[in-house]
Amino acid sequence: MPVNPELAGRQFPPTAPYLVGREKVREFARAVFADDPQHTDPAAAAALGYADVVAPPTFAIVVTDATLQQLLAEPDSGIVLHNVLHAEQKFRYSRPIVAGDELTATLTVTGLRAMGGGAMVTSESEITDAAGEHVVTATSVLIVGEGDR
Amino acid sequence: MSALKDLAVGDVVAERTVHLTRESLVRYAGASGDFNPIHYRDDVAAAVGLPGVLAHGMLTMGLAVGTIESWLGDTGRILEYGVRFTKPVVVDPETGADVTVVAKVGAVDDESARIDLTVTYEGTTVLVKAQARVRTT
Repeated sequence: MPVNPELAGRQFPPTAPYLVGREKVREFARAVFADDPQHTDPAAAAALGYADVVAPPTFAIVVTDATLQQLLAEPDSGIVLHNVLHAEQKFRYSRPIVAGDELTATLTVTGLRAMGGGAMVTSESEITDAAGEHVVTATSVLIVGEGDR
Repeated sequence: MSALKDLAVGDVVAERTVHLTRESLVRYAGASGDFNPIHYRDDVAAAVGLPGVLAHGMLTMGLAVGTIESWLGDTGRILEYGVRFTKPVVVDPETGADVTVVAKVGAVDDESARIDLTVTYEGTTVLVKAQARVRTT
């Protein structure tokens, strides 16, 4: 298996806080064709009860990415970035991400199994706000192939 | 279009077709921070054996759920959203790619509904089990 079996169950340190900016939310919304005004107009977001513009649901991947980089950079993981395929993604929300949020993500490797000559790695990144409240959990399934380049 | 409190399995609640171009991919790369060159360089895509430059899977996932947001009204109604990435969307440098999304009610209970998103490109399904569970109360 091209992945170190000892990765299973490993938890990584929390990422540095990510401050969600209004213009970043607008930029991301435009990029994913999320044209509802709650993503771009603070007044439309306020009408729904939010303090500022609401990030599209998949914006959570931007915060999750820092944790996946930790996983891929782990010296003993055995994972070669070139061989990684993103197979599944899931988000479970307590609330949407809103501009002004300061978010921290903590990744745990929750599943690891051999698959043919490769491996399937499941990770869960729990994203919390500055008050420590749960915002969203991002579950990523990566397929790691064989080979060293 | 069905009201949230009055959904029946099989109802189509939203649909749209999004036209992707190479510009869309560069824009998503910048917005997301995913600068993998298979999403903007033909030579790199060819070198790793791909049929062409591909849309980011997370872009397809993002535009798929964007289809239901105006119907939902409040993104905060989305409790869960997941997909499996199965087939790539190849974005032609000249003609781009059209991705079609149809959102249909898959299941209903007292508090929530499962919305099944059928996401196709050139008649092929590109995301499998693309499902959002939304609060209906």
